[in-house]
Amino acid sequence: MVTKTDPRHVRTVHPRLRELLFTVRRFLKNPLSVIGLALVVIFGVIALIAPVLEPPRYPDPYRIPHTGFRIQPSPPSPEHPLGTMQQQYDMLYGLVWGARSAFRIGVVVVAANLLIGILLGLLAGYFGGALDEVIMRVTDIFFAIPFLVMAMALVVAIGRGLKAVIAVLIILGWPSYTRVLRSDILVTRSRDFIMAARASGASHLRIMFTHVLPNAMYSVLILASLNIGSTILTAAALSFLGLGSETGTADWGQIVSLCRNWIVGTPTDRFAYWYVVFIPGFVIALFVLGWNLMGDAVRDVFDPRMRRR
Amino acid sequence: MSTTLLDVRALRKYYPVTGGVFRRRIADVRAVDGVDLKLDRGECVGLVGESGCGKTTLGKAILRLHDATDGRIYFGQAPAQVERAEALLASADPAERAQGRAMARSMDLNRMRGRALLALRRKIQVVFQDPTNSLDPRMLVKHIVAEPLTAQRLVSARDIEDRVLELLAIVGLTPDHLMRYPHEFSGGQRQRIAIARALATSPEFILMDEPTSALDVSVQAQILNLLKKLQQEFHLTYLFVTHHLLVVKYISNRIAVMYLGKIVELGPTAQIFERPLHPYTRALLSAIPVPDPESRREKIILTGDVPNPIHPPSGCRFHPRCPHAREICRAAEPPLLAVDPGGRTVACHRWREI
Amino acid sequence: MEPHAEPTAPAAGAGTLAQTRDLFTNFYTFEGVVRALNGVSIVVNRGETYGLVGESGCGKSVTVRSLMRLVQQPGRIDSGKIVLFLNAANRSRGIEIVERTETYMQSIRGSDISMIFQEPGAALNPVMSVREQVGESYRFHRMEQMIGETIERLEKDRQGMAGADPRRALRRMQAAFLRAEREGYRRCAARITAIDDELYGLEERGDAEARDRTHALDRARDRTHPRGGSSAVARRVPVLRRYRRPLDATIHGHVVELLRSLGIPNPENVAQRYPHELSGGMQQRIVIAMALACHPTLLVADEPTSNLDVTIQAQIVELIKDLKRTAISSVLFITHDLGLVAEVCDRVTVMYAGDVSETATVKDLFRKPLHPYTQGLLASVPKVQQVEELSMIPGAVPNLIRPPQGCRFHPRCPMRMDICEREKPATVEHEAGHWVACHRYPGSARSAS
Repeated sequence: MVTKTDPRHVRTVHPRLRELLFTVRRFLKNPLSVIGLALVVIFGVIALIAPVLEPPRYPDPYRIPHTGFRIQPSPPSPEHPLGTMQQQYDMLYGLVWGARSAFRIGVVVVAANLLIGILLGLLAGYFGGALDEVIMRVTDIFFAIPFLVMAMALVVAIGRGLKAVIAVLIILGWPSYTRVLRSDILVTRSRDFIMAARASGASHLRIMFTHVLPNAMYSVLILASLNIGSTILTAAALSFLGLGSETGTADWGQIVSLCRNWIVGTPTDRFAYWYVVFIPGFVIALFVLGWNLMGDAVRDVFDPRMRRR
Repeated sequence: MSTTLLDVRALRKYYPVTGGVFRRRIADVRAVDGVDLKLDRGECVGLVGESGCGKTTLGKAILRLHDATDGRIYFGQAPAQVERAEALLASADPAERAQGRAMARSMDLNRMRGRALLALRRKIQVVFQDPTNSLDPRMLVKHIVAEPLTAQRLVSARDIEDRVLELLAIVGLTPDHLMRYPHEFSGGQRQRIAIARALATSPEFILMDEPTSALDVSVQAQILNLLKKLQQEFHLTYLFVTHHLLVVKYISNRIAVMYLGKIVELGPTAQIFERPLHPYTRALLSAIPVPDPESRREKIILTGDVPNPIHPPSGCRFHPRCPHAREICRAAEPPLLAVDPGGRTVACHRWREI
Repeated sequence: MEPHAEPTAPAAGAGTLAQTRDLFTNFYTFEGVVRALNGVSIVVNRGETYGLVGESGCGKSVTVRSLMRLVQQPGRIDSGKIVLFLNAANRSRGIEIVERTETYMQSIRGSDISMIFQEPGAALNPVMSVREQVGESYRFHRMEQMIGETIERLEKDRQGMAGADPRRALRRMQAAFLRAEREGYRRCAARITAIDDELYGLEERGDAEARDRTHALDRARDRTHPRGGSSAVARRVPVLRRYRRPLDATIHGHVVELLRSLGIPNPENVAQRYPHELSGGMQQRIVIAMALACHPTLLVADEPTSNLDVTIQAQIVELIKDLKRTAISSVLFITHDLGLVAEVCDRVTVMYAGDVSETATVKDLFRKPLHPYTQGLLASVPKVQQVEELSMIPGAVPNLIRPPQGCRFHPRCPMRMDICEREKPATVEHEAGHWVACHRYPGSARSAS
């Protein structure tokens, strides 16, 4: 096979940049991934310009302003474009600032999980033996105990609040990453170029970070991108159960939690308070959809079989 | 500078088979089961055998990519010292044996660690079979070829590019191949990159693990000629592991035939092909398809499959498939005996008769 | 369709079994169109072992897969003709199979043409036992025969039993269901034969009406399934389904016989096993058994021994040679090993990058290779009496997305001329039975000189 690239072109564009452009182009070819990217970008922009869209009324911008104390939610009106929740908290404000919380939760949790998961997965997969056994048994323990039970216990121990939710998700989330990375490492470790590196006298550290990790990262990255959406959902679920931030905080799960009394509406009109259930739910669904589509696209782009390299 | 570069003694590599509730070791896969081999400087020794014979494991054990279970590997050591250490190890007196072990600790490749091992890694290199697998797909050619130098910090960053360009030129590649990824090259070119990498630290010994088996026929000739040229130019020593007998005949001075973990015949290439002594060698040679429709050869078709290395047959390992097997073959394992003073050895009870 | 001689390809004669003419197969991949076959014409005759030799990317595997219509997305047979002369009774009647439906192809694959592959481990289903897999061939293609034998055996059993024996009744019921099923198969076979006869007749006309009728018949053929009446119900009811047990036993018996005839020791034991419990050589024998179960006319072997050890390879090659004498009529043998070609084949075609370079008998090819590629290939293979340095063909196999213009070998050819870059050489019969596509031989230039 004659080399594809013209020598002159090679000197102008660095090969790693070429790879990146190739990846980006493949990513953008898929309409679903473009939709996913658009959704995430829209939410990102909303989160970024939150202070402009909805200026905060209290020193803590995450406290939703409420006009009055009436229990029943009010439907959308000119003052409250998306209506109000129980105790007249403004829905729009909550959703806009909730986007910020969502990003915070998603990104922080997944980044931390990645870090811990990669570290332990690398140790387990590369060195094998007793270290591998120990780490795998620990992950087994985490998998064995039901998630919600652990979450609740941890929240009781740590205390309520958004930070607690983030901590809980980090503590309970890393085992999957470790497992996934470990299995990829087991495959990569037996490939010839690793042996060639050992024959060249490379130290274990060098082999781990220069050879093994870059080749085994794909599955974990895909897992991470798919997980951001589900992390948000789980955080919302925890808030819904009352384990998250306190009432009136701009956090989507908290908002849904505030509205749970109104899901069934009144005995005469079951959909009387549809706006209070549908709107936040729809927003969460869109956000998670965007991340999932992007995660799928990332997987398609990185899947070795589909890359045709 | 003696002529013997590599001296392998009684090398064994067993893989434990675990079973039962507590994962006890119930048996061993005897991949390499007592191999003695000597390589002189500048020669190419071919190691042939079929799957399961242990030739790849032997090669990797010599490179310390697998840790041998038992045995000694002496690389570049003075023969007198080696003989003395071996004599001590074989003696009946435990004190002498301890002394031998102490001597071996500094000379035996199996026992070396740290700096000493790294120093030897500069002199021993390897070229693998599948160039697609043996080059890191995420690294540029420049970094791949420079790896032996950067891993041991032998050359400064400025000089690396010069050295890599030099190596690429030696193997027949051009400077514009420098900043490319392996997947942009053909199989033959990738193998050249692997060879360039093997030459980076100016080694004395290169293990060739089936370097042409994954290549097309027309490219195979290119690579074989390149390897021959490099051997002469740089006075390299090769251990050429392969299952392709005609390739090994073209490139090797001596041939060692392995079967189920042991060497069954060893000798100069021409002699082995003209007059194979061991029945397995005979069957192997007769099974080679020859690209000449006129030739009428008597083909020796062996019955059965290659046996399991976990439970090798008693006595001579080849006896279940051997057309000349007798009682003695079932009972006792034949040692590797010298046939003539020229270094020809064979492990068969009945070699004189057949 | 009448076989007719062509000036630019080997002629199809009375003994022709399969023929391709100017076959173009392309793969529409993400990176571009891979032009795998560039007008390939080969003729396989009855009773011969035909070799296809070439390196990677030359198109030998694609050619036989096109022949068996096994080319999958993103690949497509874009143009060309493939004609099979399977009807031994009437040798001039060939069926053109590029346009045939998949159902038609399924009916000939396995029973008229069979294929064995390079990696036996990958060709065998790991969750099915050997007897189930080999039995599949019988179930797909020889069901009527199997049912017939089972019924006979059940009847014989019944005769041998006492009057009041309840097992008699059981056998009677089983035989009844099987008869119903067999009726279904018989009627289906009769309908298909009628359709086929009409199709053969239509092949000879080429007009639009014939084509439409052909398509209609193809569709009708697709819809024709064996319907077994009462057995159709019984087959689906769990307890009644046991009527098929004697049928399974018959098939099992055939499987064991087949394995024994292939020289597999302990065939009953081997039949119970799963593929992963067997060695590579044994697996390849099982694959050969599956291919031979229905006595195909043509056996296609796609590098069957490349992954096997040399001594096992010798065993398998001996086996194929034996089978050629006894069971199969013709073998299409694909390999990259010229030694195997010399040993096994009668005639051989050398391919390069989707082009057919040379076709000849094995003796002629080795004694006097005409095409520069063949010459280079023969010179670069190490031989037993190799004294001088191996000669090499410089360069590498081209990328088929952007193949070289004209003769695809010209960038690497030591005897290249100007015309080689412009024009693809036509295949000419330089000597009797020895065809070559190279501008160095008169007649290859298509344009008038």
